[in-house]
Amino acid sequence: MNSLSEPSRWERFVWPIAASATLLALWHYSVLWSGTKVFPSPYDVEKGMAELLKHHVLWGDIVDSLRRVGVGFGAAVMIGVPLGLVLGWYPAINQVVNPTMQILRPISPIAWIPVAIIFFGVGDRAAIFLIFLGAFFPIVVACINGVSNVPSVFRRAGRNFGLTPPQLLARVLLPAALPQILIGLRIALGIAWLVVVAAEMIAVDSGLGFLIIDSRNSGKRYDLVVAAILIIGFIGLVLDFGFRRLEKLRSVRWGFRSES
Amino acid sequence: MSLTQPVSAPAAVAMKLSVEHLGVVFGRDGKSTPVLDDINLEVSEGEFICLLGPSGCGKSTLLNIMAGFLSPTSGRVRVDGEPVRAPDPRRVFVFQERGVFPWLTVEGNIGFGLFKLPRAEREERIAHYIRMVGLEGFEKTYPHELSGGMKQRLEVARALAVNPDMLLLDEPFGALDSITRLIMRGELLRIWEAERKTIIFVTHDIDEAVQLADRVVVMSARPATIQRIVPIDIPHPRDISSPRYLELRDGIFQQIGLAHKL
Amino acid sequence: MHDDSKAKVSLSVHLRPLAFIAVLLLLWDIGIRRQPSHLLPTPWGVVGGLADLVRHGLLLKYVVASLFRVTWGFFLAVILAIPLGLMVGWHRRAEMAFNPILQILRPISPLAWIPIAILWFGVGDLSAIFLIFVGCFFPLMLTAIDAVQSVPAVYVHAGRNFGLGSTGLLVRVLYPAVVPRLIVGLRITLGIAWLVVVAAEMIAVSSGLGFLIVDARNAGNRYDLVVAGMVIIGVIGLFLDIGMRQIEKMKSFRWGYSED
Repeated sequence: MNSLSEPSRWERFVWPIAASATLLALWHYSVLWSGTKVFPSPYDVEKGMAELLKHHVLWGDIVDSLRRVGVGFGAAVMIGVPLGLVLGWYPAINQVVNPTMQILRPISPIAWIPVAIIFFGVGDRAAIFLIFLGAFFPIVVACINGVSNVPSVFRRAGRNFGLTPPQLLARVLLPAALPQILIGLRIALGIAWLVVVAAEMIAVDSGLGFLIIDSRNSGKRYDLVVAAILIIGFIGLVLDFGFRRLEKLRSVRWGFRSES
Repeated sequence: MSLTQPVSAPAAVAMKLSVEHLGVVFGRDGKSTPVLDDINLEVSEGEFICLLGPSGCGKSTLLNIMAGFLSPTSGRVRVDGEPVRAPDPRRVFVFQERGVFPWLTVEGNIGFGLFKLPRAEREERIAHYIRMVGLEGFEKTYPHELSGGMKQRLEVARALAVNPDMLLLDEPFGALDSITRLIMRGELLRIWEAERKTIIFVTHDIDEAVQLADRVVVMSARPATIQRIVPIDIPHPRDISSPRYLELRDGIFQQIGLAHKL
Repeated sequence: MHDDSKAKVSLSVHLRPLAFIAVLLLLWDIGIRRQPSHLLPTPWGVVGGLADLVRHGLLLKYVVASLFRVTWGFFLAVILAIPLGLMVGWHRRAEMAFNPILQILRPISPLAWIPIAILWFGVGDLSAIFLIFVGCFFPLMLTAIDAVQSVPAVYVHAGRNFGLGSTGLLVRVLYPAVVPRLIVGLRITLGIAWLVVVAAEMIAVSSGLGFLIVDARNAGNRYDLVVAGMVIIGVIGLFLDIGMRQIEKMKSFRWGYSED
């Protein structure tokens, strides 16, 4: 932004590559220099990833984690979006329910684990429940904000054209609130991805989170630990990216400030 | 020559809208602010009326009440003899902050109010109004890709598409540059002459009012009352350097208390 | 006369959310009593658990432990991430260089770093602080980058126009311009820190509110203490959030919200 010289196109690739290469080198040499026997170097991690892929363990874990996120997040969307829309549209109802939500929201889904285990036992369903909890509140809040921020012109225009309240909701409020709802969904998906990893470390025995704990416990395979961490980061990035593509759709793009 | 008597409309032309002893008082934190005070007005069918006054004088409030978005504290508005209680597609409002829906294309916006029509008829109407406001070629464009003037034209097209009896426009050209404004005024008059809807147009621009209206309702600042109703008896197209135009305009200038020589 | 009815209205309006919470508590109570297993506590059970904790002096001790870790982890992240983020955001090339790395590391749940934390810091306070630091660092850095890039170019041009050098620009234009966004980011990240500390304490340390939850369950199925712990977590998280919002409201920061 301060650049009086505009970076050229090739620089978009050169700089990140240079920075990543430097960091990798730093990593590699600090491992060497500190003489640690446990912490992996970049090479070790790469070999570890290849090993995971070869033994087909990795795909199963990735699928498991994604599946849990899919179900938990999907449930949060299906319940949270309508609820958020209603709360946003009827401030009176929102005023009653909101304090309860504000108290429940800061409780980490992880703190719910013992309760989840009681209800669902150790396994898939507990993890899905935790993911649902983690995604639910951001989604509801985003929907409430989205609806209450719809400029009143749109509401009035809708009424002017003779729309009944349900039609108003579906044809005006929902599309108008959609950009903000999408942002909330994207953030909630990010949270869901965080929660699934944490939940798998504690409450289930498959998935990427479990892979991390297991690799360490059964043999101190820190190369696999770090490999798993990087894979988690990468998948999270892909999910986030996918959502941002949605935000670029023309019927929603109007709601986002143009990135200069 | 008295300019205070409204020129009586010929008996054959129907009374479209009447405002009777309208008053509006806003109350906030225990303080009540009178906004409109005993407004009386009669508008004939097919007339083009301008509500003229300084910003914040309550004319937008009056327009909103006519449309049915707000309720008056006292008095009432009647359209076709019936009191106005709620918004209705027969009285379409063209908004100041450009109320085109950003998530719909040009086609989508114009077709918005036409959901009760069969598909073929809807598409025909949309095409008709796109042509009328000169937006051909932009059917599938989204509002954020259009200029300010085009967005305004889109909004007018959307309003006209539902074939309303009345158009209520709230300073629609305020955000446009002066050249576009002149063009848009001409467009509006052209459309009005083609379809002869009753139009009530709010503005703070004296020239705009004198160029467009059959009668100019000059309003005072808060609490707003009708100072004077000035009939503009110049036929369209109006020559803005004709003596009659200048005479009427300067008369209003003086009425509002502004010298026309700076 | 007018004020009297207004006072009545506002009273009943404030009572409604409380009534809603009361109804939920009642349903909770009934739901537990109908359960044959009686494992989960009723609302009264939770109150009893809270009293228990206070009596043993544990409540204060655990709350302080958790807050201590949050403070340190958050604080360290702030003094590192914000200046770094501001610098990176200011220089286009730096942002180009580091953005991909940040984007990969960001979606990784701090909990995934636990094995590494334990490897480096053992089980204890430092591990928890490290995890909180990791959890806060990336969001804060991204917030700072975003804040700098959102400063309208006009401000910078105006600053330069009036002859400000780099330092002057930084202190008199950039800093005031980014503060509103930074504060919002701080609030959100503080919420994240609170989530992380609870999770970290469940796994990697032996004191604090997260530990309370795990320990209460393991050492005797004291679910009344578990839920009491959850309630406290929620309430403190709420206070932290409200506290930050109050700071946002302070007059000297308010100008950043006039656009909304």
